[in-house]
Amino acid sequence: MKTKLQVKDLRLSYGSKEVLKGINMEIPENQIVALIGPSGCGKSTLLRAMNRMHDLSPDAHVKGEILLDGDNIYARGKDAVDIRRKIGMVFQKPNPFPKSIFDNIAYGLKIAGQHDKKQLHEVVERTLKGSYLWEEVKDDLEKSALSLSGGQQQRMCIARAIAVEPEVLLMDEPCSALDPISTAKIEDLMLKLKKDYTIVIVTHNMQQAQRVADFTAFMYFGEVIEYAPTAELFEQPKQELTRNYLDGNFG
Amino acid sequence: MKQSQLQQTLGLNTLRFFVLLVLLFLGIILWEIFSKGAGVIGFPFLFDYPHKGMMEGGIFPTIMGTVFVTMVTTVFAIPLGIATAIYLSEYAASNGVNRLIRASIRNLAGVPSIIYGLFGVALFVEGLGFGVSVLSAGFTLGLLTLPYIITTTEEALKNVPQSYREGALALGATKWEAIYSNVLPSAVSGIVTGSILGLSRAAGETAPILFTGVAFYLRYLPSSVNDSFMAMPYHLYILSTQHHAIEEVRPLAYGTALVLISVVFVLNIIAFIIRYRYRNYNQARV
Repeated sequence: MKTKLQVKDLRLSYGSKEVLKGINMEIPENQIVALIGPSGCGKSTLLRAMNRMHDLSPDAHVKGEILLDGDNIYARGKDAVDIRRKIGMVFQKPNPFPKSIFDNIAYGLKIAGQHDKKQLHEVVERTLKGSYLWEEVKDDLEKSALSLSGGQQQRMCIARAIAVEPEVLLMDEPCSALDPISTAKIEDLMLKLKKDYTIVIVTHNMQQAQRVADFTAFMYFGEVIEYAPTAELFEQPKQELTRNYLDGNFG
Repeated sequence: MKQSQLQQTLGLNTLRFFVLLVLLFLGIILWEIFSKGAGVIGFPFLFDYPHKGMMEGGIFPTIMGTVFVTMVTTVFAIPLGIATAIYLSEYAASNGVNRLIRASIRNLAGVPSIIYGLFGVALFVEGLGFGVSVLSAGFTLGLLTLPYIITTTEEALKNVPQSYREGALALGATKWEAIYSNVLPSAVSGIVTGSILGLSRAAGETAPILFTGVAFYLRYLPSSVNDSFMAMPYHLYILSTQHHAIEEVRPLAYGTALVLISVVFVLNIIAFIIRYRYRNYNQARV
Protein backbone atom coordinates (compact mmCIF):
# COMPACT_ATOMS: atom_id res chain seq x y z
CA MET A 1 0.00 0.00 0.00
CA LYS A 2 1.29 3.39 -0.98
CA THR A 3 1.74 5.89 1.84
CA LYS A 4 -0.22 9.05 1.14
CA LEU A 5 0.50 11.04 4.24
CA GLN A 6 3.43 10.51 6.55
CA VAL A 7 3.70 12.21 9.92
CA LYS A 8 7.29 12.37 11.17
CA ASP A 9 8.11 13.28 14.75
CA LEU A 10 5.43 15.95 14.82
CA ARG A 11 5.46 18.18 17.88
CA LEU A 12 3.01 20.95 18.49
CA SER A 13 2.83 23.31 21.40
CA TYR A 14 0.51 26.09 22.43
CA GLY A 15 2.73 28.55 24.21
CA SER A 16 4.62 26.39 26.67
CA LYS A 17 2.10 23.55 26.67
CA GLU A 18 3.08 20.63 24.47
CA VAL A 19 -0.06 19.16 22.90
CA LEU A 20 1.50 16.72 20.43
CA LYS A 21 4.62 14.95 21.66
CA GLY A 22 6.35 13.44 18.70
CA ILE A 23 3.76 11.77 16.49
CA ASN A 24 4.83 9.22 13.88
CA MET A 25 2.23 7.78 11.59
CA GLU A 26 1.79 6.57 8.04
CA ILE A 27 -1.54 6.99 6.36
CA PRO A 28 -2.00 4.69 3.36
CA GLU A 29 -3.64 5.86 0.15
CA ASN A 30 -7.36 5.19 -0.41
CA GLN A 31 -7.88 3.96 3.12
CA ILE A 32 -9.81 5.34 6.04
CA VAL A 33 -7.81 6.01 9.18
CA ALA A 34 -9.64 6.77 12.44
CA LEU A 35 -8.12 8.70 15.34
CA ILE A 36 -9.67 7.81 18.68
CA GLY A 37 -8.89 8.70 22.27
CA PRO A 38 -10.26 10.64 25.24
CA SER A 39 -11.12 14.34 24.98
CA GLY A 40 -8.05 16.54 24.99
CA CYS A 41 -5.70 13.79 23.80
CA GLY A 42 -4.70 15.82 20.75
CA LYS A 43 -6.53 13.97 17.98
CA SER A 44 -8.26 17.06 16.58
CA THR A 45 -5.01 18.99 16.94
CA LEU A 46 -3.21 16.34 14.90
CA LEU A 47 -5.93 16.39 12.26
CA ARG A 48 -5.76 20.17 11.98
CA ALA A 49 -1.99 19.99 11.68
CA MET A 50 -2.47 17.91 8.54
CA ASN A 51 -3.78 20.85 6.53
CA ARG A 52 -2.00 23.57 8.43
CA MET A 53 -5.08 24.99 10.10
CA HIS A 54 -2.85 25.90 13.03
CA ASP A 55 -1.26 28.60 10.90
CA LEU A 56 -4.20 30.70 12.08
CA SER A 57 -3.30 30.55 15.75
CA PRO A 58 -0.21 32.59 16.48
CA ASP A 59 0.37 30.64 19.71
CA ALA A 60 0.72 27.28 18.00
CA HIS A 61 4.25 26.14 17.17
CA VAL A 62 4.82 23.11 14.97
CA LYS A 63 8.00 21.08 14.74
CA GLY A 64 8.57 17.97 12.67
CA GLU A 65 7.26 17.07 9.25
CA ILE A 66 4.13 15.92 7.50
CA LEU A 67 4.83 14.51 4.06
CA LEU A 68 2.18 14.47 1.37
CA ASP A 69 3.42 12.04 -1.31
CA GLY A 70 6.89 12.49 0.14
CA ASP A 71 6.73 16.28 0.10
CA ASN A 72 6.86 18.13 3.44
CA ILE A 73 3.85 20.44 3.76
CA TYR A 74 5.67 22.42 6.44
CA ALA A 75 8.73 22.99 4.27
CA ARG A 76 9.87 26.57 3.88
CA GLY A 77 8.18 28.24 0.94
CA LYS A 78 5.19 25.88 0.90
CA ASP A 79 1.95 27.79 0.55
CA ALA A 80 -0.74 26.72 3.01
CA VAL A 81 -3.39 27.64 0.43
CA ASP A 82 -2.02 25.08 -2.05
CA ILE A 83 -1.82 22.45 0.68
CA ARG A 84 -5.44 22.99 1.68
CA ARG A 85 -6.59 22.53 -1.92
CA LYS A 86 -5.04 19.08 -1.83
CA ILE A 87 -6.05 18.27 1.72
CA GLY A 88 -9.68 19.16 2.35
CA MET A 89 -11.49 19.29 5.65
CA VAL A 90 -14.97 18.64 7.01
CA PHE A 91 -15.64 20.13 10.42
CA GLN A 92 -17.29 18.87 13.56
CA LYS A 93 -20.26 21.18 13.29
CA PRO A 94 -21.72 21.54 9.80
CA ASN A 95 -20.58 24.98 8.64
CA PRO A 96 -22.61 26.01 5.61
CA PHE A 97 -21.82 29.55 4.50
CA PRO A 98 -24.77 31.95 4.46
CA LYS A 99 -25.10 31.57 0.70
CA SER A 100 -27.17 29.43 -1.62
CA ILE A 101 -26.49 25.69 -1.85
CA PHE A 102 -25.05 26.23 -5.31
CA ASP A 103 -22.72 29.01 -4.18
CA ASN A 104 -21.58 26.97 -1.21
CA ILE A 105 -20.44 24.10 -3.39
CA ALA A 106 -19.04 26.32 -6.12
CA TYR A 107 -17.13 28.39 -3.55
CA GLY A 108 -13.82 26.54 -3.72
CA LEU A 109 -13.87 26.50 -7.51
CA LYS A 110 -14.79 30.15 -7.80
CA ILE A 111 -11.91 31.31 -5.63
CA ALA A 112 -9.64 29.07 -7.67
CA GLY A 113 -10.69 31.12 -10.70
CA GLN A 114 -13.36 28.87 -12.23
CA HIS A 115 -16.31 31.03 -13.31
CA ASP A 116 -17.75 29.07 -16.22
CA LYS A 117 -21.42 28.61 -15.28
CA LYS A 118 -21.84 25.38 -17.15
CA GLN A 119 -18.81 23.73 -15.61
CA LEU A 120 -19.76 24.92 -12.13
CA HIS A 121 -23.20 23.43 -12.64
CA GLU A 122 -21.68 20.18 -13.74
CA VAL A 123 -19.48 20.00 -10.63
CA VAL A 124 -22.32 20.97 -8.28
CA GLU A 125 -24.52 18.24 -9.73
CA ARG A 126 -21.76 15.63 -9.66
CA THR A 127 -20.64 16.32 -6.09
CA LEU A 128 -24.21 16.49 -4.78
CA LYS A 129 -24.92 13.15 -6.43
CA GLY A 130 -21.66 11.91 -4.97
CA SER A 131 -22.79 12.87 -1.48
CA TYR A 132 -26.31 11.42 -2.03
CA LEU A 133 -27.91 14.82 -1.63
CA TRP A 134 -28.89 15.58 -5.21
CA GLU A 135 -32.38 14.07 -5.12
CA GLU A 136 -33.21 16.04 -1.98
CA VAL A 137 -32.04 19.46 -3.14
CA LYS A 138 -31.95 19.50 -6.94
CA ASP A 139 -34.90 21.92 -7.14
CA ASP A 140 -33.62 24.15 -4.34
CA LEU A 141 -30.06 24.93 -5.41
CA GLU A 142 -30.71 28.66 -5.11
CA LYS A 143 -32.09 28.37 -1.59
CA SER A 144 -29.97 29.29 1.41
CA ALA A 145 -27.84 26.39 2.59
CA LEU A 146 -28.88 27.33 6.11
CA SER A 147 -32.38 26.01 5.38
CA LEU A 148 -31.10 22.41 5.12
CA SER A 149 -31.32 20.01 8.04
CA GLY A 150 -28.17 19.30 10.04
CA GLY A 151 -27.50 16.00 8.26
CA GLN A 152 -28.09 17.56 4.86
CA GLN A 153 -25.82 20.46 5.76
CA GLN A 154 -23.01 18.08 6.67
CA ARG A 155 -23.41 16.12 3.42
CA MET A 156 -23.39 19.44 1.57
CA CYS A 157 -20.15 20.35 3.38
CA ILE A 158 -18.67 17.06 2.19
CA ALA A 159 -19.82 17.83 -1.36
CA ARG A 160 -18.25 21.28 -0.99
CA ALA A 161 -14.98 19.74 0.17
CA ILE A 162 -14.78 17.24 -2.69
CA ALA A 163 -15.78 19.84 -5.29
CA VAL A 164 -12.22 21.17 -5.26
CA GLU A 165 -10.98 17.60 -5.83
CA PRO A 166 -8.58 17.22 -2.93
CA GLU A 167 -6.48 14.10 -2.53
CA VAL A 168 -6.99 13.73 1.19
CA LEU A 169 -10.15 14.40 3.19
CA LEU A 170 -9.86 15.21 6.89
CA MET A 171 -13.02 14.80 8.95
CA ASP A 172 -13.22 16.13 12.49
CA GLU A 173 -16.01 14.22 14.26
CA PRO A 174 -18.29 14.81 11.28
CA CYS A 175 -21.26 13.00 12.81
CA SER A 176 -21.13 14.23 16.39
CA ALA A 177 -23.94 16.73 15.79
CA LEU A 178 -26.10 14.37 13.75
CA ASP A 179 -28.86 11.83 14.37
CA PRO A 180 -28.29 8.08 13.70
CA ILE A 181 -29.91 8.10 10.25
CA SER A 182 -27.81 11.02 9.02
CA THR A 183 -24.78 9.36 10.59
CA ALA A 184 -25.42 6.15 8.69
CA LYS A 185 -25.71 8.10 5.44
CA ILE A 186 -22.41 9.84 6.04
CA GLU A 187 -20.68 6.58 6.91
CA ASP A 188 -21.95 5.02 3.66
CA LEU A 189 -20.66 8.05 1.88
CA MET A 190 -17.21 7.73 3.43
CA LEU A 191 -16.94 4.09 2.37
CA LYS A 192 -17.79 5.12 -1.17
CA LEU A 193 -15.43 8.10 -1.18
CA LYS A 194 -12.39 6.09 -0.15
CA LYS A 195 -12.12 4.80 -3.72
CA ASP A 196 -11.01 8.28 -4.75
CA TYR A 197 -9.75 9.84 -1.55
CA THR A 198 -7.62 9.09 1.44
CA ILE A 199 -9.67 9.82 4.55
CA VAL A 200 -8.61 10.62 8.09
CA ILE A 201 -11.43 10.83 10.61
CA VAL A 202 -11.47 11.87 14.23
CA THR A 203 -14.26 10.16 16.14
CA HIS A 204 -15.47 9.65 19.68
CA ASN A 205 -17.69 6.86 18.55
CA MET A 206 -15.87 3.53 18.67
CA GLN A 207 -18.59 1.70 16.75
CA GLN A 208 -18.14 4.27 14.02
CA ALA A 209 -14.39 3.65 13.90
CA GLN A 210 -15.05 -0.09 13.64
CA ARG A 211 -17.65 0.37 10.94
CA VAL A 212 -15.67 2.60 8.61
CA ALA A 213 -11.96 2.63 9.38
CA ASP A 214 -9.31 0.37 7.87
CA PHE A 215 -6.77 1.52 10.43
CA THR A 216 -7.25 3.05 13.84
CA ALA A 217 -4.88 5.03 16.01
CA PHE A 218 -5.43 5.34 19.73
CA MET A 219 -4.08 8.59 21.13
CA TYR A 220 -3.50 9.55 24.73
CA PHE A 221 -1.98 12.75 26.11
CA GLY A 222 -0.45 13.87 22.84
CA GLU A 223 1.00 10.53 21.83
CA VAL A 224 -0.07 7.74 19.53
CA ILE A 225 -0.19 4.77 21.90
CA GLU A 226 -1.16 2.19 19.33
CA TYR A 227 -1.79 2.26 15.59
CA ALA A 228 -2.98 -0.87 13.86
CA PRO A 229 -5.55 -2.31 11.45
CA THR A 230 -8.93 -1.57 13.01
CA ALA A 231 -9.98 -5.16 13.73
CA GLU A 232 -6.63 -5.89 15.33
CA LEU A 233 -6.67 -2.80 17.53
CA PHE A 234 -10.17 -3.46 18.80
CA GLU A 235 -9.85 -7.22 19.24
CA GLN A 236 -6.26 -7.69 20.34
CA PRO A 237 -4.91 -4.40 21.62
CA LYS A 238 -1.24 -4.75 22.45
CA GLN A 239 -1.02 -1.88 24.89
CA GLU A 240 -2.44 -1.82 28.39
CA LEU A 241 -3.68 1.77 27.91
CA THR A 242 -5.56 0.92 24.73
CA ARG A 243 -7.20 -2.07 26.39
CA ASN A 244 -8.29 0.03 29.35
CA TYR A 245 -9.71 2.72 27.10
CA LEU A 246 -11.62 0.26 24.94
CA ASP A 247 -13.00 -1.46 28.04
CA GLY A 248 -14.20 1.87 29.27
CA ASN A 249 -12.36 1.79 32.59
CA PHE A 250 -10.34 4.91 32.48
CA GLY A 251 -9.25 7.40 35.06
CA MET B 1 -47.62 38.67 51.45
CA LYS B 2 -44.20 37.21 52.10
CA GLN B 3 -41.30 39.60 52.36
CA SER B 4 -39.53 38.22 49.27
CA GLN B 5 -42.68 38.70 47.20
CA LEU B 6 -43.07 42.22 48.53
CA GLN B 7 -39.49 43.02 47.53
CA GLN B 8 -40.13 41.57 44.10
CA THR B 9 -43.26 43.67 43.52
CA LEU B 10 -41.65 46.79 44.93
CA GLY B 11 -38.49 46.37 42.84
CA LEU B 12 -40.42 45.76 39.63
CA ASN B 13 -42.63 48.79 40.13
CA THR B 14 -39.64 51.00 40.91
CA LEU B 15 -38.06 49.94 37.62
CA ARG B 16 -41.35 50.59 35.81
CA PHE B 17 -41.51 54.06 37.33
CA PHE B 18 -38.00 54.94 36.12
CA VAL B 19 -38.73 53.68 32.61
CA LEU B 20 -41.89 55.80 32.49
CA LEU B 21 -39.97 58.80 33.80
CA VAL B 22 -37.43 58.50 30.97
CA LEU B 23 -40.19 58.05 28.39
CA LEU B 24 -41.98 61.07 29.83
CA PHE B 25 -38.96 63.36 29.31
CA LEU B 26 -38.46 62.02 25.81
CA GLY B 27 -42.13 62.55 25.07
CA ILE B 28 -42.09 66.13 26.38
CA ILE B 29 -39.10 67.01 24.20
CA LEU B 30 -40.65 65.50 21.08
CA TRP B 31 -44.02 67.10 21.79
CA GLU B 32 -42.41 70.52 22.32
CA ILE B 33 -40.56 70.34 19.04
CA PHE B 34 -43.43 68.93 17.01
CA SER B 35 -46.15 71.19 18.34
CA LYS B 36 -44.11 74.37 18.03
CA GLY B 37 -42.16 73.51 14.91
CA ALA B 38 -44.75 71.83 12.70
CA GLY B 39 -46.47 75.14 11.92
CA VAL B 40 -43.59 76.57 9.90
CA ILE B 41 -42.78 73.38 7.97
CA GLY B 42 -43.76 73.68 4.35
CA PHE B 43 -42.39 73.95 0.87
CA PRO B 44 -40.93 77.49 1.32
CA PHE B 45 -39.34 76.61 4.66
CA LEU B 46 -37.55 73.60 3.20
CA PHE B 47 -36.59 75.09 -0.17
CA ASP B 48 -36.01 78.80 0.43
CA TYR B 49 -33.11 80.86 1.75
CA PRO B 50 -33.43 82.82 4.98
CA HIS B 51 -34.56 86.43 4.41
CA LYS B 52 -34.56 89.67 6.30
CA GLY B 53 -31.90 88.81 8.86
CA MET B 54 -33.29 85.30 9.22
CA MET B 55 -36.64 86.65 10.34
CA GLU B 56 -38.37 85.04 7.36
CA GLY B 57 -37.77 82.45 4.68
CA GLY B 58 -36.48 78.95 4.99
CA ILE B 59 -33.49 76.86 5.85
CA PHE B 60 -32.62 75.37 2.45
CA PRO B 61 -28.88 76.19 2.55
CA THR B 62 -28.52 74.73 6.03
CA ILE B 63 -30.09 71.44 4.90
CA MET B 64 -27.84 71.30 1.85
CA GLY B 65 -24.78 72.24 3.92
CA THR B 66 -25.44 69.46 6.39
CA VAL B 67 -25.92 67.03 3.50
CA PHE B 68 -22.65 68.09 1.80
CA VAL B 69 -20.57 67.92 4.93
CA THR B 70 -22.05 64.55 5.88
CA MET B 71 -21.14 63.25 2.43
CA VAL B 72 -17.51 64.30 2.94
CA THR B 73 -17.59 62.64 6.35
CA THR B 74 -18.97 59.46 4.79
CA VAL B 75 -16.33 59.27 2.08
CA PHE B 76 -13.56 59.94 4.57
CA ALA B 77 -14.60 57.99 7.65
CA ILE B 78 -16.36 54.88 6.36
CA PRO B 79 -13.59 53.32 4.23
CA LEU B 80 -10.96 54.28 6.80
CA GLY B 81 -13.02 53.01 9.72
CA ILE B 82 -13.96 49.72 8.10
CA ALA B 83 -10.39 49.06 6.93
CA THR B 84 -9.07 49.74 10.43
CA ALA B 85 -11.67 47.47 11.99
CA ILE B 86 -10.85 44.66 9.53
CA TYR B 87 -7.19 44.95 10.40
CA LEU B 88 -7.80 45.01 14.14
CA SER B 89 -10.29 42.17 14.10
CA GLU B 90 -8.78 39.83 11.51
CA TYR B 91 -5.07 40.52 11.25
CA ALA B 92 -3.70 42.24 14.33
CA ALA B 93 -2.04 39.90 16.81
CA SER B 94 -3.42 39.93 20.32
CA ASN B 95 -0.51 41.66 22.00
CA GLY B 96 -0.02 44.61 24.31
CA VAL B 97 0.42 47.20 21.58
CA ASN B 98 -2.79 46.23 19.81
CA ARG B 99 -4.74 46.11 23.05
CA LEU B 100 -3.51 49.62 23.75
CA ILE B 101 -4.61 50.75 20.29
CA ARG B 102 -8.06 49.23 20.83
CA ALA B 103 -8.43 50.85 24.23
CA SER B 104 -7.36 54.21 22.79
CA ILE B 105 -9.93 54.01 20.03
CA ARG B 106 -12.68 53.22 22.54
CA ASN B 107 -11.57 56.16 24.68
CA LEU B 108 -11.57 58.49 21.67
CA ALA B 109 -15.31 57.86 21.40
CA GLY B 110 -15.69 59.64 24.72
CA VAL B 111 -13.65 62.74 23.90
CA PRO B 112 -15.84 65.89 23.95
CA SER B 113 -16.71 67.08 20.47
CA ILE B 114 -15.32 70.60 21.02
CA ILE B 115 -11.87 69.01 21.40
CA TYR B 116 -12.32 67.47 17.95
CA GLY B 117 -13.35 70.89 16.68
CA LEU B 118 -10.18 72.56 17.98
CA PHE B 119 -8.06 69.68 16.72
CA GLY B 120 -9.70 70.09 13.33
CA VAL B 121 -8.71 73.76 13.28
CA ALA B 122 -5.12 72.89 14.11
CA LEU B 123 -4.81 69.99 11.67
CA PHE B 124 -7.09 70.64 8.71
CA VAL B 125 -7.78 74.39 8.67
CA GLU B 126 -4.28 75.55 9.62
CA GLY B 127 -1.90 72.61 9.36
CA LEU B 128 -2.97 71.15 6.03
CA GLY B 129 -4.25 74.51 4.77
CA PHE B 130 -7.75 73.34 3.86
CA GLY B 131 -9.11 76.58 5.31
CA VAL B 132 -12.55 77.05 6.79
CA SER B 133 -14.37 74.72 4.44
CA VAL B 134 -16.67 71.77 3.84
CA LEU B 135 -13.54 69.63 3.59
CA SER B 136 -12.11 70.64 6.97
CA ALA B 137 -15.47 70.28 8.70
CA GLY B 138 -16.20 66.96 6.99
CA PHE B 139 -12.84 65.53 8.02
CA THR B 140 -13.24 66.79 11.57
CA LEU B 141 -16.63 65.13 11.83
CA GLY B 142 -15.02 62.07 10.26
CA LEU B 143 -12.47 61.90 13.07
CA LEU B 144 -15.30 62.19 15.55
CA THR B 145 -17.20 59.34 13.88
CA LEU B 146 -14.21 57.02 13.31
CA PRO B 147 -14.03 55.48 16.81
CA TYR B 148 -17.72 54.67 16.61
CA ILE B 149 -17.47 53.08 13.15
CA ILE B 150 -14.34 51.13 14.08
CA THR B 151 -15.83 49.80 17.30
CA THR B 152 -19.17 48.74 15.82
CA THR B 153 -17.54 47.20 12.73
CA GLU B 154 -15.07 45.26 14.86
CA GLU B 155 -17.95 44.05 16.99
CA ALA B 156 -19.85 42.93 13.87
CA LEU B 157 -16.78 41.07 12.54
CA LYS B 158 -16.21 39.37 15.88
CA ASN B 159 -19.78 38.06 15.77
CA VAL B 160 -19.18 36.18 12.51
CA PRO B 161 -18.72 32.51 13.43
CA GLN B 162 -15.12 31.31 13.23
CA SER B 163 -16.40 28.38 11.16
CA TYR B 164 -17.07 30.72 8.20
CA ARG B 165 -13.40 31.65 8.17
CA GLU B 166 -12.05 28.14 8.71
CA GLY B 167 -14.47 26.65 6.21
CA ALA B 168 -13.29 29.00 3.50
CA LEU B 169 -9.61 28.48 4.32
CA ALA B 170 -10.06 24.71 4.22
CA LEU B 171 -11.32 25.08 0.65
CA GLY B 172 -8.13 26.82 -0.40
CA ALA B 173 -9.15 30.43 0.15
CA THR B 174 -6.53 32.94 1.19
CA LYS B 175 -7.19 34.87 4.35
CA TRP B 176 -8.34 37.90 2.40
CA GLU B 177 -10.64 35.80 0.18
CA ALA B 178 -12.20 34.29 3.29
CA ILE B 179 -12.76 37.74 4.77
CA TYR B 180 -14.04 39.27 1.56
CA SER B 181 -16.39 36.50 0.49
CA ASN B 182 -17.55 35.06 3.80
CA VAL B 183 -16.88 37.35 6.72
CA LEU B 184 -17.78 40.78 5.35
CA PRO B 185 -21.13 39.74 3.82
CA SER B 186 -22.17 38.23 7.15
CA ALA B 187 -21.15 41.35 9.02
CA VAL B 188 -22.54 43.88 6.58
CA SER B 189 -25.72 44.63 8.51
CA GLY B 190 -23.76 45.44 11.65
CA ILE B 191 -21.25 47.50 9.69
CA VAL B 192 -23.88 49.50 7.81
CA THR B 193 -26.05 50.18 10.84
CA GLY B 194 -23.03 51.20 12.91
CA SER B 195 -21.84 53.52 10.14
CA ILE B 196 -25.25 55.13 9.65
CA LEU B 197 -25.74 55.69 13.35
CA GLY B 198 -22.26 57.21 13.56
CA LEU B 199 -23.02 59.51 10.64
CA SER B 200 -26.37 60.53 12.06
CA ARG B 201 -24.61 61.59 15.22
CA ALA B 202 -22.07 63.54 13.18
CA ALA B 203 -24.83 65.29 11.21
CA GLY B 204 -26.24 66.75 14.42
CA GLU B 205 -22.95 68.00 15.88
CA THR B 206 -22.18 71.71 16.20
CA ALA B 207 -18.90 72.03 18.07
CA PRO B 208 -16.66 70.21 15.53
CA ILE B 209 -17.84 72.39 12.63
CA LEU B 210 -17.94 75.63 14.58
CA PHE B 211 -14.39 76.74 13.73
CA THR B 212 -13.70 74.46 10.82
CA GLY B 213 -16.29 75.24 8.18
CA VAL B 214 -19.70 76.50 9.17
CA ALA B 215 -20.84 80.04 8.38
CA PHE B 216 -23.42 82.26 10.03
CA TYR B 217 -25.13 83.25 6.80
CA LEU B 218 -24.36 82.64 3.12
CA ARG B 219 -26.29 83.72 0.06
CA TYR B 220 -25.00 80.82 -2.01
CA LEU B 221 -24.60 77.11 -1.60
CA PRO B 222 -21.01 75.89 -1.42
CA SER B 223 -19.83 75.25 -4.96
CA SER B 224 -16.83 73.14 -3.95
CA VAL B 225 -15.42 71.42 -0.88
CA ASN B 226 -13.23 74.49 -0.30
CA ASP B 227 -16.18 76.78 0.45
CA SER B 228 -17.73 77.28 3.83
CA PHE B 229 -21.34 76.27 4.38
CA MET B 230 -24.41 76.68 6.57
CA ALA B 231 -25.57 73.76 8.68
CA MET B 232 -28.72 72.88 10.56
CA PRO B 233 -27.30 72.39 14.05
CA TYR B 234 -25.37 75.66 13.90
CA HIS B 235 -28.35 77.51 12.43
CA LEU B 236 -30.41 76.27 15.33
CA TYR B 237 -27.80 77.51 17.76
CA ILE B 238 -27.78 80.94 16.09
CA LEU B 239 -31.56 81.25 16.05
CA SER B 240 -31.93 80.28 19.68
CA THR B 241 -29.06 82.22 21.28
CA GLN B 242 -27.27 84.63 18.95
CA HIS B 243 -30.08 86.28 17.02
CA HIS B 244 -31.08 89.88 17.71
CA ALA B 245 -34.74 88.96 17.98
CA ILE B 246 -34.79 85.55 19.55
CA GLU B 247 -38.48 85.62 20.47
CA GLU B 248 -39.62 86.38 16.90
CA VAL B 249 -37.56 83.61 15.30
CA ARG B 250 -38.51 80.99 17.89
CA PRO B 251 -40.91 79.17 15.50
CA LEU B 252 -38.16 79.03 12.86
CA ALA B 253 -35.79 77.56 15.47
CA TYR B 254 -38.35 74.92 16.37
CA GLY B 255 -38.88 74.17 12.68
CA THR B 256 -35.13 73.72 12.19
CA ALA B 257 -34.96 71.41 15.19
CA LEU B 258 -37.84 69.40 13.77
CA VAL B 259 -36.15 68.99 10.38
CA LEU B 260 -32.86 68.06 12.04
CA ILE B 261 -34.32 65.35 14.26
CA SER B 262 -36.38 64.12 11.33
CA VAL B 263 -33.22 63.64 9.26
CA VAL B 264 -31.56 61.79 12.14
CA PHE B 265 -34.71 59.75 12.65
CA VAL B 266 -34.88 58.80 8.97
CA LEU B 267 -31.20 57.73 9.03
CA ASN B 268 -31.92 55.56 12.07
CA ILE B 269 -34.95 54.02 10.37
CA ILE B 270 -32.79 53.18 7.34
CA ALA B 271 -30.24 51.53 9.63
CA PHE B 272 -33.03 49.56 11.27
CA ILE B 273 -34.44 48.38 7.94
CA ILE B 274 -31.02 47.29 6.68
CA ARG B 275 -30.36 45.34 9.84
CA TYR B 276 -33.77 43.71 9.66
CA ARG B 277 -33.44 42.72 6.01
CA TYR B 278 -29.97 41.28 6.39
CA ARG B 279 -30.95 39.39 9.47
CA ASN B 280 -33.64 37.65 7.44
CA TYR B 281 -31.18 37.09 4.64
CA ASN B 282 -28.61 35.46 6.87
CA GLN B 283 -31.09 33.19 8.49
CA ALA B 284 -32.73 30.24 6.86
CA ARG B 285 -34.93 30.94 3.87
CA VAL B 286 -37.19 27.94 3.61
